[in-house]
Amino acid sequence: MAILRGFKGGVHPPYMKLTADKPIRRAGIPEVLYVPLQQHAGAPASPLVKRGDKVLAGQKIGEINGFISANIHAPTSGKVKNILDHPHPVAGRSTPAVIIEADGEDSWIELKEREDYLNTAPSDIVEIVREAGIVGMGGAAFPTHVKLSPPADKPIEFVIINGAECEPYLTADDRLMREYADEIADGSYLVLKAVNARRGFVGIEDNKPEAIKEMRRAFKKFPQFEVVELPTKYPQGSEKHLIKAILGREVPSGGLPMDVGVVVQNVGTARAIYQAVRFGRPLIERVTTLTGDAVAGPGNYMVRIGTPFRFLIDESGGFKEDPAKVINGGPMMGIAQYSLDVPVIKGTSGIVVFSAKNVVLTQEGPCIRCGRCLDVCPMFLMPTTMAKFIKAGRFDDARKIGLFDCIECGSCSYVCPSNIPLVQYFKYGKAELRLRR
Amino acid sequence: MPKKEDRKLLILTPAPHIKMQQDTRKIMWMVVLSLLPPIIAAVYFFGLYSLALIAVCTITAVGSEWLFLKARKKDTSAAFDGSAVITGIILALVLPPRLPLWMGAVGAAFGIIFGKQVFGGLGQNIFNPALLGRAFLMAAFPVALTTWVKPFYWTYPPDAITTATPLALAKFSHQITPYAKLFWGNTGGSLGETSAFAILIGGFFLIYKKIIDWALSFSYIGTVFVLGGILWLINPQKYPDPLFHLLAGGLLLGGFYMITDMVASPLTRKGRVVYGIIAGILVIVIRIWGGYPEGVMFSILIANAIRPWIDRIFVPRRFGTGRFIGGMR
Repeated sequence: MAILRGFKGGVHPPYMKLTADKPIRRAGIPEVLYVPLQQHAGAPASPLVKRGDKVLAGQKIGEINGFISANIHAPTSGKVKNILDHPHPVAGRSTPAVIIEADGEDSWIELKEREDYLNTAPSDIVEIVREAGIVGMGGAAFPTHVKLSPPADKPIEFVIINGAECEPYLTADDRLMREYADEIADGSYLVLKAVNARRGFVGIEDNKPEAIKEMRRAFKKFPQFEVVELPTKYPQGSEKHLIKAILGREVPSGGLPMDVGVVVQNVGTARAIYQAVRFGRPLIERVTTLTGDAVAGPGNYMVRIGTPFRFLIDESGGFKEDPAKVINGGPMMGIAQYSLDVPVIKGTSGIVVFSAKNVVLTQEGPCIRCGRCLDVCPMFLMPTTMAKFIKAGRFDDARKIGLFDCIECGSCSYVCPSNIPLVQYFKYGKAELRLRR
Repeated sequence: MPKKEDRKLLILTPAPHIKMQQDTRKIMWMVVLSLLPPIIAAVYFFGLYSLALIAVCTITAVGSEWLFLKARKKDTSAAFDGSAVITGIILALVLPPRLPLWMGAVGAAFGIIFGKQVFGGLGQNIFNPALLGRAFLMAAFPVALTTWVKPFYWTYPPDAITTATPLALAKFSHQITPYAKLFWGNTGGSLGETSAFAILIGGFFLIYKKIIDWALSFSYIGTVFVLGGILWLINPQKYPDPLFHLLAGGLLLGGFYMITDMVASPLTRKGRVVYGIIAGILVIVIRIWGGYPEGVMFSILIANAIRPWIDRIFVPRRFGTGRFIGGMR
């Protein structure tokens, strides 16, 4: 029986899930990999290797640096060519990256397998996750061990596994749920245990019926979990809206899911946790969707971290049409790239390549006060008013009416008939306020 | 190292990278399309002179906008975004059918220049430009603006036979016009207001296309209906019945095409409903106790003026603030 719950606001962009029927294929390993030391929210990792060092696949090459940070591991075996600034898919500029020349052997460090992995102690799970460099794989890349270590005064009641995948075009999570449901289930159970939660939910949008079916089957062995079918609406995959849709709770303004007793983990993260706890494998690969009208071989690929976009595109058949825009992530929140040399990182859920005919170049017009941005804002903000404040340099006024509540989902920009780049103003306004602090 | 050709090839724009296929110009032209039924009704009841008046108002509106933009060294293509066309047509639709063309032109120019462009153009105006234009004409040419003609006298002025509007007949002569005439439009009145039927077609098209907020139209029209009904129940001899309030005069035209002007109405649904109620109260107050038989124009202009205040009071409850929903499990 389908139980459809939802949230207020949001938009319905065309699904464009062109690669939903393409099984996950393992991509090759490039000759040179670029592994940024910052692939996560928080502080960059400190390098543990230097030029000329030999590394093995899975070897730690970047050490966690502070509470909110994450370890970085070598994605394959080879030699450290250098540590240099290299274009980064999210930073929008070059950042330090460990450049590894692969030796083609792909020899691994020694991995310790756990027989009775489902009975791992909670504190051990957190430690393994921390050591394995696992971060949120839905895109935001928040270090997972931090989410799994809530302070004592924030007891966790519920775990929600995020399989919403509300971004148009992306199908990586959909395929992962169809093909690795059992691993996701085990990983989800480990999350539940780690935070000592009472119950768990898996939220999946109803445009992924196969994934829902497969996940329902896999989760049968964990009666604590319920797979919830959610109405397809963007941004259903936002943590706050997933919690709202499934539990009816609202994360307080400025707060975190743990403030309402919830921990949310993406399905890809759940699988990574399974891989780490059972096999001791650190996070060095992920599934990413290569799609868009300009690529010849769209599909879902299991890619080593550090693989340049160019390599994956070339290997999958190259371009069908001249690329005009390359996006890291989905088309709603993803970031346009200035170079094809950027590597796949832990948060790269997709690579969308558009030809010129899919690139919308718009000109900002005057606001006609139609109020559509208010109607679709899932945080119930007043986007047009905030944008007017920011344009006038009244940053504090924008903050007072909720600028920092904005989750930058882009729904307002998507519907604005005057093509006002609302989210862009909000990102700018937030940056400006952070700078002044 | 980034290769040089990539920098040339790849386009960098901020997210989102997809857009809904709906822009301001499309919305404006959709409104123009929705005005066709009242325009056809105007021609049917008041003759081809209606078309001339509509054309003069529209051309003057677009022309004065173009000139003003040119003088301010702004993008003159904005004159053709459809919004000035709407102002021109709506102004013509609220004018008497035999108004001299030059007066229509004066009203259109006034509405565009002093109602819209001096505020900074599209999106910046406080008042509905068409109604401001009409208010100006009303002050400047009070006789011409209250000279109504009988429908179906398709002759060039001044041969047409003058008559009174149903509201004036009710207010000053206690004479009630039959509903059928009011519904189809076979009465005296301004060009576009007489046929409720034609307005409803256009109005429902706008609601269906989600260009106007039905809640605003209904709160405005509904308030007039309910208040009119209460007064009628108190004293049916003295006050006209609520259906008459609804069909006579410009209430429907105002309720679907003017109060719903998104630029001049509140941003939130709650605000819009309150705005509609306030304007609706004003209609009844003016119609029953005011000096004019009709109150639609002033009700909307006054509501326009208090709109910023409504926008400050009715703000959405931000997610995760205020009234908290505790959860269901």
